[in-house]
Amino acid sequence: MYKSLLIDPAKCTSCLQCELACSFENEGVFNPAKSRIKIFEFEHGLRAIPYTCTQCDEAWCLHACPVEAITINLQTGAKEVNDSICVGCKVCTIACPFGTVNYNVDTGKVMKCDLCGGDPQCAEACPTDAIVYVDANWTGFSRMQESAVEAHGHN
Amino acid sequence: MHHLIVGAGPAGVIAAENLRKISKSSSITIVGNEAYPAYSRMALPYMLAGDVGEKGTYLRQSDHHFDDLEIEFRNNSVSAVKGDNQTVTLASGESMHYDRLLIATGSSAIRPPIPGMDLPQIHNCWTLDDAHRFINQVKAGDRVVLLGAGFIGCIVLQALVSMGLQLTVVELEDRMLARMMDDVGGSIIKKWCESKGVTVKTSAEAIAVTEDGDHLEISLADKTTIAADHIVCAAGVKPNVDFLNGSGVEVNFGVLVDHRLQTNIENIFAAGDVAEGPDRSTGDRQVHAIQPTAAEHGKIAAYQMSGDRTPYGGSLVMNVLNTLGLITSSYGLWQGTDGGDQSTMQDIDHNRYLRLEFQDDILIGSLAIGLTQHVGVLRGLIQTKVRLGKWKKKLMEDPSLVMHAYLECTHGTR
Repeated sequence: MYKSLLIDPAKCTSCLQCELACSFENEGVFNPAKSRIKIFEFEHGLRAIPYTCTQCDEAWCLHACPVEAITINLQTGAKEVNDSICVGCKVCTIACPFGTVNYNVDTGKVMKCDLCGGDPQCAEACPTDAIVYVDANWTGFSRMQESAVEAHGHN
Repeated sequence: MHHLIVGAGPAGVIAAENLRKISKSSSITIVGNEAYPAYSRMALPYMLAGDVGEKGTYLRQSDHHFDDLEIEFRNNSVSAVKGDNQTVTLASGESMHYDRLLIATGSSAIRPPIPGMDLPQIHNCWTLDDAHRFINQVKAGDRVVLLGAGFIGCIVLQALVSMGLQLTVVELEDRMLARMMDDVGGSIIKKWCESKGVTVKTSAEAIAVTEDGDHLEISLADKTTIAADHIVCAAGVKPNVDFLNGSGVEVNFGVLVDHRLQTNIENIFAAGDVAEGPDRSTGDRQVHAIQPTAAEHGKIAAYQMSGDRTPYGGSLVMNVLNTLGLITSSYGLWQGTDGGDQSTMQDIDHNRYLRLEFQDDILIGSLAIGLTQHVGVLRGLIQTKVRLGKWKKKLMEDPSLVMHAYLECTHGTR
C-alpha cells in the first residue's frame, strides 16, 4: 500500500522549514523559490496552506507528456520527472489542473514532488506535524470525510 | 474485436495503449505512414536545437513497447476507407477489416500559396524527415526567414536562434502569436525577440520567393525584399483528411465528431489534430491541434470504441510556449465574452503580464507572460467552473492572487 503526504493546514505555522528542506534535498540549495511544496499565506500569515502534488490517480502530467519523461515509481506511487528525457516543453505544467508541476527556468526542465523516493523531507522537517507521510488509505478516508462535510454542511 | 488505428502520433498511440488496458484479448493495429518509431512533433524543436537526438523525440522510450503490449505496428498508409463493409485499403494495395476504426492521422504543414514555395531551400519543421533535412542543410550564421509567428512558428523560432541562425520573422497578422496573445502580450513578445537580435516584421505579407544567385529573395507586399539562405515555413497546419474522400465520413475542416468522438458513421471515431470535436468553452466543434487534446482524445476514444457511452465534455484549448526564455501561456476564452469581466496586471518593464476573463464569478480564460509557477490551476478553475464567490472581486483588483483564490475555493477553507 502506498503512503502519501497528509497535510493539515490548521497545524501549519508557515515556518517554511518544508520549503527549505525540499529545495535542499532536490536542488541542493536552501531556496524556497526552488521548492516543490509551497506555503500560501492568508490574512497576513494568520492562516497558511502547504500545497504540493497529491500523486493523483488521473496523472494528468504523465498522460500529457509527449516523450514519456514522467513515469510512476512503483515503490512509492509517485509520478516522477526523468530529467534526462524531459525536453522542457512545459505541456505538463498547463495540463495539471492542480498546478503542481512547475517549470525551472534555470534547468530548462519541469519539477514536481517525487516524495523524495519514499522519504519526503518536507514531512521530516515539519516541526508541527502539519505534513505527515502516512498510509494512503487514511488520507483518502479523511479527504472523503472533508468533502462530505463540505457537500452536506454537517458530519 | 479488431481495433484499427490510423496514425501513430500521440492520439493514436495513447488510444492503442488504453484499448489494451481495457481489453487483454482484442486485436489492435496501428498504421503509421512515417518510417520511424512513434514520435512527438512537439519534441522536434528540441532536436533542432541540439538538446536531444532523434530518440529523444520518441513517444515511448522502450524499443519493444508495442510488442510488449501486443499492439501490431505497421508502416504503411491508408488510401481509402470503406465504411459500408468496414475495410480500409492500404497504399500497398492490401485491404484490412476493422470492427472499430480510429482516424488519428494528425495534420500537415501548409505553405502560403505564393510563387517559389517549392524551392529546395524552403523547409517545414513539422516531421522528423523535415528536421533531419533542415539540420543537414543549414549551418550557423545562415540567414533564415521564418514565415509565420504563430504557436508553431514561435516554438521553432526558439530552436532556430539556438542553432545560431540569423533570423527574420515575417508574420501576416499585426502581432506575434495572434491566436494565443492579445495586443499587449504580442507587443511584449515582439520587443523581447527584437532585444535578442531577431528581426520581426508583423503585418508583413510575403508575396513571392525567387532565387538570386546563391541566395533567396523574399518579396513582401510593401515592395521591400529580404535576402536569405533558407526559409522556414510555419504558416499553419491542416488536418490530414484527403484519404477520406468518398468514404462517407463527414469532414468540415477536420473530421466532424460528436460528444463520443464518433463520426457520422458508426464504428468510426476520430481523435487529435484531425478531429473537429466539441470545444469545452463554447460547445461548438473545433480543431484543437495541441498535445493535451491529442492525449485526452486518445484516451477517451479508446473507451468509446470499447463501448463506453459517457459523453465527453470537450477539449479546452491551451498553449504554453518558451520564446527565447519568455514563458507564455493561454487558456480557453482568453479573448473574453460578451457581458463578461476582465482583470489585467502588467509590468511591461519586467515582461510580466496576466489577463483573466470571467463570466459571472467563473474563470473562462487567461493569458500569462512570465508565469512559471502553478500555471495549471488556471486550467483547474476554468475546466471545473469553480465558483469564485468573494474571490472574484479580489481577483478583479489583483489577478496575481489566483493561486490563493484556487486554494480557498477548492480546499474548503473559506
